[in-house]
Amino acid sequence: MAEAHPVGFQWVMEAKRRGAKVFHVDPRFTRTSAVADSYLPIRAGTDIALLGGVVHYILDNELDFREYVVAYTNAATIVTEEYADTEDMHGLFSGFNDDNATYDQASWRYEGHPQDQTTRDSETQRETAAGLENESHGAPVGGETERDETLQHPRCVYQILKRHFARYTPEMVERVCGIPQEKFLELAHAWTENSGRDRTGMLVYSVGWTQHSVGVQYIRTGAIIQLLLGNVGRPGGGVMALRGHASIQGSTDIPTLFNLLPGYLPMPHHAEHPTLDKWVDSIAHPGQKGFWGNARTYGVNLLKAYWGDAATADNDYCYGYMPRMTGDHGTYQQVLDMIDGKIKGYFLLGQNPAVGSAHGRAQRLGMANLDWLVVRDLFMIESATFWQNAPEIETGEIVPERCRTEVFFLPAASHVEKEGTFTQTQRLLQWREKAVEPPGDARSELWFFYHLGRVIRERLATSTKPRDRALLDLTWDYPTHGPHAEPSAESVLREINGYDVATGRPLASFTEMKDDGSTVGGCWIYTGVYADGVNQAARRKPGSEQSLVAPEWGWAWPANRRILYNRASADPDGNPWSERKRYIWWDADKSEWTGYDVPDFEKTKPPSYRPAHDASGVAGIAGDDPFILQGDGKGWLYAPTGVLDGPMPTHYEPVESPVRNPLYRQQANPTRKVYTHPINTLNPSPPQEHSDVFPYVFTVSRLTEHHTAGAMSRNVSPLAELQPEMFVEVSPELAALRGLSHLGWAHLVTSRAAVEAKVLVTDRVTPLRVDGRIIHQVWLPYHFGFEGLVTGDSANDLFGITLDPNVLIQESKVGTCDVRPGRRPRGQDLVDLVVDYRRRSGNLVHRYPPMVTTDVADSSSDQEA
Amino acid sequence: MGVRSWFEGWPVYRQLTGTDPLGRGAAAKSDGSRALTARTDTADSMARSVCPYCAVGCGQRVFVKDGQVSQIEGDPDSPISRGRLCPKGSASKSLVTSPLRQTTVRYRRPYGTEWENLDLDTALNMIADRVLAARDETWEDVDAEGRPLNRTLGISSLGGATLDNEENYLIKKLFTAMGALQIENQARI
Repeated sequence: MAEAHPVGFQWVMEAKRRGAKVFHVDPRFTRTSAVADSYLPIRAGTDIALLGGVVHYILDNELDFREYVVAYTNAATIVTEEYADTEDMHGLFSGFNDDNATYDQASWRYEGHPQDQTTRDSETQRETAAGLENESHGAPVGGETERDETLQHPRCVYQILKRHFARYTPEMVERVCGIPQEKFLELAHAWTENSGRDRTGMLVYSVGWTQHSVGVQYIRTGAIIQLLLGNVGRPGGGVMALRGHASIQGSTDIPTLFNLLPGYLPMPHHAEHPTLDKWVDSIAHPGQKGFWGNARTYGVNLLKAYWGDAATADNDYCYGYMPRMTGDHGTYQQVLDMIDGKIKGYFLLGQNPAVGSAHGRAQRLGMANLDWLVVRDLFMIESATFWQNAPEIETGEIVPERCRTEVFFLPAASHVEKEGTFTQTQRLLQWREKAVEPPGDARSELWFFYHLGRVIRERLATSTKPRDRALLDLTWDYPTHGPHAEPSAESVLREINGYDVATGRPLASFTEMKDDGSTVGGCWIYTGVYADGVNQAARRKPGSEQSLVAPEWGWAWPANRRILYNRASADPDGNPWSERKRYIWWDADKSEWTGYDVPDFEKTKPPSYRPAHDASGVAGIAGDDPFILQGDGKGWLYAPTGVLDGPMPTHYEPVESPVRNPLYRQQANPTRKVYTHPINTLNPSPPQEHSDVFPYVFTVSRLTEHHTAGAMSRNVSPLAELQPEMFVEVSPELAALRGLSHLGWAHLVTSRAAVEAKVLVTDRVTPLRVDGRIIHQVWLPYHFGFEGLVTGDSANDLFGITLDPNVLIQESKVGTCDVRPGRRPRGQDLVDLVVDYRRRSGNLVHRYPPMVTTDVADSSSDQEA
Repeated sequence: MGVRSWFEGWPVYRQLTGTDPLGRGAAAKSDGSRALTARTDTADSMARSVCPYCAVGCGQRVFVKDGQVSQIEGDPDSPISRGRLCPKGSASKSLVTSPLRQTTVRYRRPYGTEWENLDLDTALNMIADRVLAARDETWEDVDAEGRPLNRTLGISSLGGATLDNEENYLIKKLFTAMGALQIENQARI
């Protein structure tokens, strides 16, 4: 965090000054480790084993915050007897289907819940990255559950959890992660000791957790710990994602993502959502409890925002105009389709996949096989010049005279040359004022897309084709100003916020939205950002003149709420858990929720409220159920549906690992998304043969002085000067083993690529003893490429493409490689080297690791290193 | 110069006798530095902005002189950053004023070996032509069972995490109306 989010890290240091203990878990000793109380080196890709160890420690010693756990989580809920655990099945859960490597989740359901409520097609969910729809849409479970609040029933979630994590002992943590037991126990002790009524602990993560084939379950494990310790919905608690781009949160909320529409509404699927009613019902689950019960309202407001007067009740608000998904249309599928010649045109908007995405060679070969490419950026990036300067020019794989891709480079406006909002990592929208005009031809994306839409609509003005109605009926009349006819960002923000159609009055809250077409709102969770016609995101009341919550700086979605689920900061009766952690509480005199933040609860619903037997939607949420988007109002220790790779996290090895899974016969995530394409070769892992050809683990991350794929730092002279070269950090032990010398060269080889780097021999990376053997790890920054003031090989070229099944994010934080002294070969020799490694690893003819390995004994006979 | 004024010219004297015992402010000033004026004082205007790098969202104050960015500093009012910026945020002025920034449209024709220049309006129109052609050539009305698809899989887009919400909103709105599904950004990566 000190490296990649330095200014955010000041708050960790503030907390440390007040007595907080800071633990840093990382494969490499960083600037964060330097100021932490305790640093735990870990084998990359084993965090579930570590966190599972903490869950085990909590349950084994009964250190959970019992009142919170019983009242606010699903610990007491009984699960059907059809459920079978990884304990019984060598690392698989019940319901696994070998044919398509997915789970039928029916056997995971709560006792007494009908089977048909819980079954959705898991394969479609995986293909459309819908695995998290339990969190985003409320999972399809009924609100009433069978409970044992003594937590003794053998099939209650608490006992299932206890059994599931029984083997995650301190000894096992040491064996899997390479973390000495005493170090682990120090962490577990401090975390649990610092939780309860008076204290809370926080968990902070970043893409070191998400970029794994089992990334969602990493975060689930963290969430389980935080729920067990009562650290959710309370000040100083939570599971905090530190996101890495200025508005990556915003681009998820108002998504430029294939499977989502604004406000986490799903993009329609051709089979599941043929009509507006089916689409809405798939989100709201009629009869289900929670705020997603109003999905129809949110959906209709979006359609009205898109198609205005043309969208009426009679035509289902133009729902028929929506394009439909049929499967996986994600960025990696797209790249493989580019290589196969299926995609004609590609827009790159401030993104540089030639360096920043996994398997750089696949990215570049894909771009070299398009009809046209539009690159909009501040600088001439690698993704614009691949036809000229890519490594594949040297190997002859791209020949400019034979590369047909037509490239348009359009200069973009910088953040000071346009106005608009970023949404930062805590859901806070902050408006930026424009300081200067962009230079020359540089324009904002707002300008480019508004005018592209204008020109396209003009071309089609006389079209009678049905397919063009969606474009012609689109509301696209934003006011423009200035010499370049820049569209008004504030008018777009007003549409995002929503307004009353008849009067034009901006809506103050999504609760004012109607489902009859009388209101419009482009993103329901952002409603309120333009309340009273005031740009709330532009508020800048100095922090020094406000409470610690600082509610008048910018605007946070939803409803300017700074901590989600903050009803949990009060006990079931509505009183603060303690004076020290007072945040939101029930004011009995005024009969309303009050406190330092906007309550995440209906303001006047008393703690004693109990829903009627058949209540649904918001009315179905009891006065002591803080998790108001969940169908049962509870925080989920166990996910009875929705998470595609299991109701609870399980340690699986990374897809590329030198180690046979010490915990189960099942080696890797059995439901991971695999692309079997000739370009996507994978290194073998146990129980496959020849994993010793790639004996070392490599991981990548950021440097403070560089930013992502480097466009915004390798082209900026002060930053380029501070970190001028690609390098690899290796331990003194590995340097001795492989003949590497400090400041000399080394190259790393995988079955995709070989990349070279200057050698930094340092104790910052340390060999770990794992399952009785020494595992060497190396670390690289991933910022370098072949353009800019400072250049170097791209670490992302080393990775293959394997994705998490829930969200289709790639495993690019861990892989296996060989490390060799000296520079890499050039030209054909480079190709020959990689081919030779593939031949030696038995992968000249493509082989993919088996999805299921439960029939292979968990011996170490095939560990060859 | 009298002895007294000579003596007062000695920074240690001023440090010991004045209001700056640490010698980090007025006491350390020379005649030369006393005459300097901060760029932030002489700026024509100041815009309240936000750092464009990571997602912490540090406040920035962007100072402008003669239509050019003259300085970017941390915003002390921000409850998030309290005026601080990291090495990248501190380099924001170098970012936006970098001589390496491209300010004209560049065009590489198919099979071309060099960049060419192109007028922005021409480029916009050429791109519109290509979008419409790709869409027409790859349009899918219905699936094999006659269910609506309303889409093109011939067009892709990647990017958005560095852009404004308003921009992402228009990108998604236009592409959706166009039937272009394959819209992705860094949040997937």
